Amino acid sequence: MQIKVLRNILEANDRISDQLREMFRQKGILVINLMSSPGAGKTSLLEKTLDQLRDEFSMAVIEGDLQTSNDAERIAATGAQVLQINTEGGCHLDSSMIQEAAGKMDLDQTDILFVENVGNLVCPAEFSVGEDYKITILSVVEGDDKPEKYPLIFAESRVLLLNKTDLLPYVDFDVDKASGFARNINKNIEIFPLSARTGEGLEPWHDWLRKEVGRKKQGN
Amino acid sequence: MHEMSIAQNLIRIVEQEMAQNEARKLLRVKISYGRISAIVPEALQTAFQALIQQTPLEGAVLETKEVPLKVRCRECATDFSPQELDLLIMTCTKCGAEFGHEVISGKELLVEEMEVE
Repeated sequence: MQIKVLRNILEANDRISDQLREMFRQKGILVINLMSSPGAGKTSLLEKTLDQLRDEFSMAVIEGDLQTSNDAERIAATGAQVLQINTEGGCHLDSSMIQEAAGKMDLDQTDILFVENVGNLVCPAEFSVGEDYKITILSVVEGDDKPEKYPLIFAESRVLLLNKTDLLPYVDFDVDKASGFARNINKNIEIFPLSARTGEGLEPWHDWLRKEVGRKKQGN
Repeated sequence: MHEMSIAQNLIRIVEQEMAQNEARKLLRVKISYGRISAIVPEALQTAFQALIQQTPLEGAVLETKEVPLKVRCRECATDFSPQELDLLIMTCTKCGAEFGHEVISGKELLVEEMEVE
């Protein structure tokens, strides 16, 4: 017997993700799913953003890591609420992990929840975790062909943060080329070059967060 | 290696459909994955075959079909499929515009059909 199925394989993940999105909408929390390769600077960027916006917003972080709580400790040092998920070798976070983590946190006063995904440009792109936006960090030392090699993550991202621009004089990274590739696969992607280390270029990224928090609070 | 979680999700759907249709044996299941979905079909095969060993699904065949990338031109709204190695610059077949097209298909991940007894 033949059965026509036509079901999305990740429907179970998407269902929980939709429930989370509804809960976050009711609480007016902007949720960012932050993705990148290992070492591109997710934690460093969060440290800067959490520090510089601490007087404006209440922010919380869910830290996904294969092992260790090193990153969570760095985030906790900024004073932000942080919860660690160790995936024990798992290559991505999924929506049920975020559901469990969010249940353990006090998010009633939170304006922005950052989900720092496992460092990986492939797997996290397939799994929604209730976020408003996926955001990818690409550091300039990784090479400007990454959007071409890993199209899905750039196709799914609302914002591309090009990190470590302070190293541009030392590497063959063409910002226009990388941006062109990313826009090729995603016409709506917004691109902010910045350096989490020197702080250069952080302001446009923070302005984007301010705009999106405002939009979220108005229920849009 | 997220193919393992994808295989687990696939098996859950297969089991639900079999229960609904009162099927005892899975002969074949066919899935489709988009050209730019992050799926390696060989890895999915391995994961699927490993997971169904010594279960009622053992012996089933997994068929995978790639769905081409299809985009809509930002300038003239023509739909076209860039060639395999043409991802870098996707030139519209009608008006020649190169950047910023809208992805219409090529990201999907679907269970298409099953053959059961």
